[in-house]
Amino acid sequence: MSAVVVNLVLAGTYMDSIALMRLSREVAGLSGVEDAAVMTGTPANREILRDAGLLAPEGETAKPGDLILAVRAKNESASHAALVEAERLLSAPRQTADDGTSGWVPRTLRGAVMALPTANLALISVPGDFAAAEARKAIERGLNVMVFSDNVPVEAEISLKHLAAEHGVLMMGPDCGTAIIAGTPIGFANEVRRGDVGIIGASGTGIQEVSCLVHRAGGGISHAIGTGGRDLSTDVGGLTTLAAMAALERDPATKRIVLISKPPAPEVVARVVEEIQRSRKPYVVHFLGSVAGDLPANAQHADTLAHAAALAVGQDRIDVPPANAVSSDGQMDGQMDGQRVVGLYSGGTLCGEAQAILMGAGHVVASNAPIPGAGSDDAAAAIRLLDLGADEFTRNRPHPMIDPEPRETMLRQMLGDPTVRVVLLDVLLGYGAHPDPAGGIAQAIDASTGRRPVVIASVTGTEEDPQIHSEQVSALTRAGVRVAPSNAVAAEWTLGILNSA
Amino acid sequence: MEIIEKANAEALKRLLGGDPVLVDVRPAHEVMPDLGERQILHAGPPIEWSRMCGPMRGAVAGIMVFEGWASDLADAESQVDSITLRPNHDFDAVGPMTGMTTMSQPVMIVENRAFGNRAYCTINEGLGKVMRFGGNDAEVLSRLAWLRDEFGPLLGAALRRTGGIELKPLVGRGLTMGDEMHQRNVACSSLLVRQLGPALVEAAAELNLDNAVLSRALAFAGGNDQFFLNIAMAMGKAIMDPVRGIEGSSVVTAMSRNGTDFAIRVSGTGDRWFTAPVEMPQGLYFPGYDESHANPDMGDSTIVETVGLGGFAMAAAPAVAGFVGAGRASEAANFTRSMREITLSENPEWTIPSLDYAGVPTAIDVRLVVESGIAPTINTGIAHREPGIGQVGAGVVKAPMDCFTQALEVLAAELGIS
Repeated sequence: MSAVVVNLVLAGTYMDSIALMRLSREVAGLSGVEDAAVMTGTPANREILRDAGLLAPEGETAKPGDLILAVRAKNESASHAALVEAERLLSAPRQTADDGTSGWVPRTLRGAVMALPTANLALISVPGDFAAAEARKAIERGLNVMVFSDNVPVEAEISLKHLAAEHGVLMMGPDCGTAIIAGTPIGFANEVRRGDVGIIGASGTGIQEVSCLVHRAGGGISHAIGTGGRDLSTDVGGLTTLAAMAALERDPATKRIVLISKPPAPEVVARVVEEIQRSRKPYVVHFLGSVAGDLPANAQHADTLAHAAALAVGQDRIDVPPANAVSSDGQMDGQMDGQRVVGLYSGGTLCGEAQAILMGAGHVVASNAPIPGAGSDDAAAAIRLLDLGADEFTRNRPHPMIDPEPRETMLRQMLGDPTVRVVLLDVLLGYGAHPDPAGGIAQAIDASTGRRPVVIASVTGTEEDPQIHSEQVSALTRAGVRVAPSNAVAAEWTLGILNSA
Repeated sequence: MEIIEKANAEALKRLLGGDPVLVDVRPAHEVMPDLGERQILHAGPPIEWSRMCGPMRGAVAGIMVFEGWASDLADAESQVDSITLRPNHDFDAVGPMTGMTTMSQPVMIVENRAFGNRAYCTINEGLGKVMRFGGNDAEVLSRLAWLRDEFGPLLGAALRRTGGIELKPLVGRGLTMGDEMHQRNVACSSLLVRQLGPALVEAAAELNLDNAVLSRALAFAGGNDQFFLNIAMAMGKAIMDPVRGIEGSSVVTAMSRNGTDFAIRVSGTGDRWFTAPVEMPQGLYFPGYDESHANPDMGDSTIVETVGLGGFAMAAAPAVAGFVGAGRASEAANFTRSMREITLSENPEWTIPSLDYAGVPTAIDVRLVVESGIAPTINTGIAHREPGIGQVGAGVVKAPMDCFTQALEVLAAELGIS
């Protein structure tokens, strides 16, 4: 062994022994170093160094108030490099944390509540098998709950909603992607102004579309409460919808209430209508693709999400396209031969709304998420509207609002498909959504060559959103996309093109 | 569920209501009449010689020589079959690391005045080569003899003169001075020596001891930063014992390891041990040693975590946090915050300044451990895996989750919950 042992004695230097042990380990890990120790020069420590083969003559004479840097290395240069490094580490400023909580995250709901005792809402986003158990714990603690998770059995949903009623809290979800509570966006939600319009919705993108349109029309949202897609089914019986109606009824900040849903079960509708009748507040009701039947005097029926938003701010219509908008000519970029319409939606409700509008004009529509009256998916259908957020597209993949790449791939295919005349898109902005969804779409279009289908899109978002509504619209417009002021208008433009053919 | 809540409320009441006082030091056989010839108490759950780890074997052999049951270490090993090995916990006692307790050793007595029970622990031998880390040479044995013949009797006499040292306020002050009572006992050791000083002088005079004896005693107690550890352990045992045997309670009453197995006891399941293979500490090593030399986790000292100190009170002792890999001192509080997720409550008498005087996490609930997947964090010393060498480092270890899962299953079965 030709190992070299060197000691450096720093007179009158004190450091906590544990800090010294850490330092020792760092120095011992340097290349070429066999062992190292940094210790105060007490007789006991010098003994330890001697036993470890780390004591050199310099260290022998160290005093208890001194610090001994001891290194045993393969060769002279490694030993000196190690000493230099040890000295540097000793004099390096200590790294300090930004605050006392550096990196601590509670692992349990209980721990989270202890850390934030005034919290009154729990957002639950865990695999579906565990979501019900966590939601139950939260409800039993008196917390309002938003269950983001999907794949929660309907039986569990029902029992959780009864439990929530017992505890006087709201249970939003399961599969609830969007809520805005007292100005706080939760899940996929947009930055909208606070105001007097309350929204109750069984659909996330529906809430986004209405809240953004209300905001863009100058109104504001008191609360937007998501109920979960099954809430107005016969099984669940509208438990959360009714609880949310009661909550908004009591809320002095809410002056008008918008109720939106995918097609509900008729007997549940009856129960909801009964409750509207009791309310002292005006309601706007939009049940996608279906007519709510007779509504009480304090309620208005809205034909579309945009119409619901208009009525909520006291107007007839708020999504009138600007006069110079290219709408229905289809001459400039349309492929004359193509006849088909393909919708690539990331929002399920927006896909449903498009189906309703096209079917309402007498067209036959196929979809993987068909609303009543629509046909099941068919790749060759004349009008094929796809909900890319549906399970079959999101298995082992993030939702298209987060990861737009699969949709962009499909868009590229459609752009090159001579049978396609119109491609319909929705672009959803807000928290949780991709930072630049328009960018990918524009790129796909820019990369396409020759004649291509008309691309029509609407952008659900606000100027205050992280993606900035006007910038997304400009990016799409520059790429030749016809940007409609609402999802409904996008569908209407498509009708215009079909009619002009 | 209601029976568990009620039982746990009672457990917490007893735990927080404990009033531990260090009252005396006596030879073990005086206070443990059942501890006789050729009986050795060890740390952790029951274990036979054949399964014992190296350092514990070394300690057993050493203590046999110390008690005069064997002429040397080889002789001791040859007649180990004639020795009865029992856990300290069976004798209201606890012992650090190997935890050797035998009849002639002096034990410190902590009395829980709220409940009248007593708990025992031997005197801390200091750092370096010591029996609790498996050391067993002549130097180790002669220190034990000195503790037995000179230091123990003097300390006992001094304690009797004081009428007892109340430990709860002492520990409360230690927490505000950077101790967590497992890896770091500097403050409490100092406070104790300061408080005991006059009584030690008076006791030495009463016993006609010369100044050299007194001086040695003060030098030993004052020079051992871990002197208070064994007192904290007896205190933990004295506090936890009245919490045992509350039907339905899911509160952990003891955690303990023998270098081979880790084990816990739960109030509602009585004195049954739930065991799992012990884990390897993650830590820092003295010069010349590394992980390859380390023995797995060992000792009854986890009683300190069981009452909310040690790893649970890490926030009070930021310097100790450095033991956890690259953990920074500023992250010490995170350990305490995490431990709060598995305890029922906090101890209002033991508070941590840096957490805005939050109390240390108190009353480990097996349900919370299993539900959260958070295992108790334990601060520990690391022994060399071979007998006779001693301490090689210090670090942090997790209690194995399996102990808690087993305990919960048995508790649930006893309560008829599936």
